Amino acid sequence: MAQMIIDTANHITGYAARAARVKVVAAYPITPQTTIVEKIAEFAESGKMDVEYIRVESEHSAMVACIGAAAAGARAFTATSAHGLALMHEALHWASGSRLPIVMAVVNRAMGAPWSIWSDFSDSLSQRDTGWMQFYCADNQEVFDTVIQAYRLCEDGQVFLPAMVCLEGFILSHTYMPVKIPDQDKIDGFLPSYKSGWILDVNRPVSHANLVSPEWYMEFRYMIQSAMENAKRIIPEIDREYGKIFGFEYGGLIEKYKCEDADLILLTMGTMGSDAKIAVDQLRKEGLKVGSARVRVFRPFPVEQIRKLSEQAQMLATIDRHISFGMEGFLATETKASIFSLKDPPLVAGFIAGLGGRDVTSKTIEEIAKKSIKWMRLGRVEKETEWIDLRE
Amino acid sequence: MSSSLKSRKEMPLTPLSSPSVGSMGKTGSWRTFRPEVDNSKCTRCTICWIYCPDAAITRQDDDSPKIDYDYCKGCGICANECPVKAITMEREEG
Repeated sequence: MAQMIIDTANHITGYAARAARVKVVAAYPITPQTTIVEKIAEFAESGKMDVEYIRVESEHSAMVACIGAAAAGARAFTATSAHGLALMHEALHWASGSRLPIVMAVVNRAMGAPWSIWSDFSDSLSQRDTGWMQFYCADNQEVFDTVIQAYRLCEDGQVFLPAMVCLEGFILSHTYMPVKIPDQDKIDGFLPSYKSGWILDVNRPVSHANLVSPEWYMEFRYMIQSAMENAKRIIPEIDREYGKIFGFEYGGLIEKYKCEDADLILLTMGTMGSDAKIAVDQLRKEGLKVGSARVRVFRPFPVEQIRKLSEQAQMLATIDRHISFGMEGFLATETKASIFSLKDPPLVAGFIAGLGGRDVTSKTIEEIAKKSIKWMRLGRVEKETEWIDLRE
Repeated sequence: MSSSLKSRKEMPLTPLSSPSVGSMGKTGSWRTFRPEVDNSKCTRCTICWIYCPDAAITRQDDDSPKIDYDYCKGCGICANECPVKAITMEREEG
């Protein structure tokens, strides 16, 4: 029987790792991630999860242990936040380059200095180019469902890449919500056991991801890019199949809300996507044709979906819980790059909001929408990047 | 990587190779200093064999070391570790 429980997104992530029959967890605690690995430790200690739990001395070692486990043919999982993720950076490239289907929960937290433990996408987005796929969740149910979907995707023979499942610190990580945990046998049906194409085996020794000369390197990079393109096609298929079996579906790469006739579309990530829906409903009551498109998958980036949205929208407004210093938010940059070659692209305005856990409410998003509509009617964006709720 | 592969489609997802002797060629040519064993001083302790990072020393029937000069890079660890100074490092000529 499916079970309805009320718990935090971090604990739910632990339930998801158990439901995915993860065999190796290597982890190091860091706020606000810690309660994920605590939950898994509790499952392991009480015999409720058949898992090898490796306590390591750093996040770099956690990732390296997961690489070893996945290369040895085990389904591996870890979780981290902010500076822990930054410490893993070097090993992240090894995981993707070795084509190992590791899934990692990233509980988004702002990078220091100044020291902060609150939500911000600058930790995971600064790992944009590591060859990991990135999912951003809007509620606890989606966190559970995305961990299961991510393993299915990562282990697909046309993909074989690792993925981060990102959830915002405190906004989701420590917030209790009802979540449906499906029957284990149904999950097992959806997610069969991991079959690696190359296994570390002392009886059949192979050297893995070793030195290649310039005449071979580019092709391996191209194959990762092709795998990302394959993932773009496979993510919506997996999401639809999951929806049919378990009743939860998230639009594949992008979750659209009232976009069909919208003049202005608000592009967000994570929980801001939920607030954007409330804002859209309010703005529509005022007669404003606004829609919301939540970018659920940042890598691979949903270029085609954003181009499609641009066919009828006059304007896109991106809201970034992130800043790439010296430029703008990545969501703004990637959105503009996606539509640049269209014949008649819509205007794009970039907004920076919610850094370091500052609240982004539906009211904040309504203000962003109204400012954007003003510029849309003017026919030009007055400010390329606008910081929201910034002190004078 | 096998150079017989011509097409990207024949390549594995990640480079894989099985262990073989000298897959990188004869690395002994990298050597500047050459270890020479004085068997009259050698006590057959096998420390040089244990320490050689390239497995270029084999242990003979009487436990004396035999250095494979095709793959010895001349790092000098064996000479440094030898407790009776039975190994000396001699500069390669030419």
